[in-house]
Amino acid sequence: MATPLLNPPAPGRTLGESLQQRGVSRRALLKYAAYLGGLMAMPASTTQAFAEGLASARRQSVIWLSFQECTGCTESVTRPFSPTFESMIFDLISLDYHETLQTASGEAAEEARLKAMADNKGKYIVVVEGAIPAKDGGIYSTIAGQTNLDMLRDTVKDALAVVAVGTCASFGGIPKANPNPTGAGPASDFVTAKPVIAIPGCPPIAEAMAGTIAYMISFGKLPELDQRGRPKAFYGETIHDRCYRRPFYERGQFADSFDDEGARRGYCLYKVGCKGPVTYNSCATLKWNGGVSFPIQSGHGCLGCSEPDFWDQGGFYRPLSASLHNLGLPLAAAGVAGVALGAGAAWTARRHLASRGQDVATPEGKKP
Amino acid sequence: MTLLDFARGPALEASLFIFVAGVIWRCVGTLLLPWRLVRVEPRKGASSPWVAALKGVLVKLWPYDTFAKSGVVQFVNGYIFHAGFAVVFLLFAPHILFIKGVTGLSWPSLPNNVIMMIGVVTAASLVVALVFRVTSPVLRLISRVDDYISWFLTFLPVATGLMAAAHLGLRYETLLSLHILSFCALLVWFPFGKLMHAFLFAFSRAVTGVRMGQRGAAI
Repeated sequence: MATPLLNPPAPGRTLGESLQQRGVSRRALLKYAAYLGGLMAMPASTTQAFAEGLASARRQSVIWLSFQECTGCTESVTRPFSPTFESMIFDLISLDYHETLQTASGEAAEEARLKAMADNKGKYIVVVEGAIPAKDGGIYSTIAGQTNLDMLRDTVKDALAVVAVGTCASFGGIPKANPNPTGAGPASDFVTAKPVIAIPGCPPIAEAMAGTIAYMISFGKLPELDQRGRPKAFYGETIHDRCYRRPFYERGQFADSFDDEGARRGYCLYKVGCKGPVTYNSCATLKWNGGVSFPIQSGHGCLGCSEPDFWDQGGFYRPLSASLHNLGLPLAAAGVAGVALGAGAAWTARRHLASRGQDVATPEGKKP
Repeated sequence: MTLLDFARGPALEASLFIFVAGVIWRCVGTLLLPWRLVRVEPRKGASSPWVAALKGVLVKLWPYDTFAKSGVVQFVNGYIFHAGFAVVFLLFAPHILFIKGVTGLSWPSLPNNVIMMIGVVTAASLVVALVFRVTSPVLRLISRVDDYISWFLTFLPVATGLMAAAHLGLRYETLLSLHILSFCALLVWFPFGKLMHAFLFAFSRAVTGVRMGQRGAAI
């Protein structure tokens, strides 16, 4: 992987010139553009424009803020399977601040962030990883004496756009799960004046991140987003729609448990809680580890990790068509209430009949 | 909370509570109602009340000869949408999982394509039933708002279910949410409207059977 923090771009140079100086040929850039363009379902005719856009752009300043998170998203983006391609994203950007990756620490690290903000005012991209705790003034997570909430607001005010990477930054994720003790929320809850692009997933697919950033650098605009702010190119279809087990769903052939005959035959995992039908992501097409596999292929249902509140869906193994909670007690209470109401109604009817002097009888119509 | 979470959570829980409490209330209330005193002696050779009750329920599963010819299409259509609704509700895998979640019971399912086909037939049959109702002067005269609400709330889950299965119009999770919410509406309305006939038809037919049996009249 390139080390952008130790090797800043020469001022005034375009990306194409910088890459050429580093031994990355124009042909390699074109292949990279074709690769990303293919992933984003862009027409082949735009590959040239994509590559030209990348070559003529300046390296994009990126400030990466890490809040309530596990660093899994950084792990995903920085540990690609085929470094030749995915790591090129780090040649396209100037990662000016990233607490895990940068060599600077303490005040020097914060100075790097402030300098990047000042040098690239209105042009830098803020990547947010992790949810932002807001309860009690946001005191539950601080960096350099500053709450995450304050750091986000301070950093975002002069940014070009915000990219929320991972489900925590996109939708709140695990920190926001019930009972959400820190009042955590997604970046979009606190950033209203700038566009926020969501790249959810726990973790997100590296190509989704790279493709989105490269698109923004090349074309100078946001990719087409869905109603949750996700790039449609990567989140346009459900896992279920692209799942190789889909034919088994249609045939009504399901695994009833993880080790039964159905599971061994590769039947649909709907009954064991797969959330693929309502989860928008590219796992079934791009897959992981260089296209080797994805969770469903490995025999486990989709958790729905790129959707809001995926942690609070009543359990990973509860089927999608079942209610979120166990209903035994409420329905037993409903039964008792029903019997009481019915008995009360019948008693009232009997009293009414008695008051009118009418006799009651056995089913045979005789006096009891 | 997303619309789907609301549908699978509070909406389903509240509507199931109302459904169970309401149905038991109406059934228990009806079963505990006092029998009327019959002051005449039963006709000699009259069948026992239980046999007469069972006969009353079963015999009326098909219309009298007098009405069989004129109303056979309507009658058969009624069977089509009742049976179709039952098959779609009871033999579609996701529905079975829902039932299993509530009762703990499960059974084998039919393939989705078969369910889809039966669902389309059921929806068409329900539309035919509505056409009968609004075009027949007699049916129109005896129809109340309750009838139309009951029809609508029966048709809605079938229509939204078909749309969800075919991914028509909206995103799948929205269609699924609307399908579950329409089912919730059906559950809430069920004990209070004419849909309650699903349980009470047996009671009313049985009582008619008993009364007719006592008089020695043919049912």
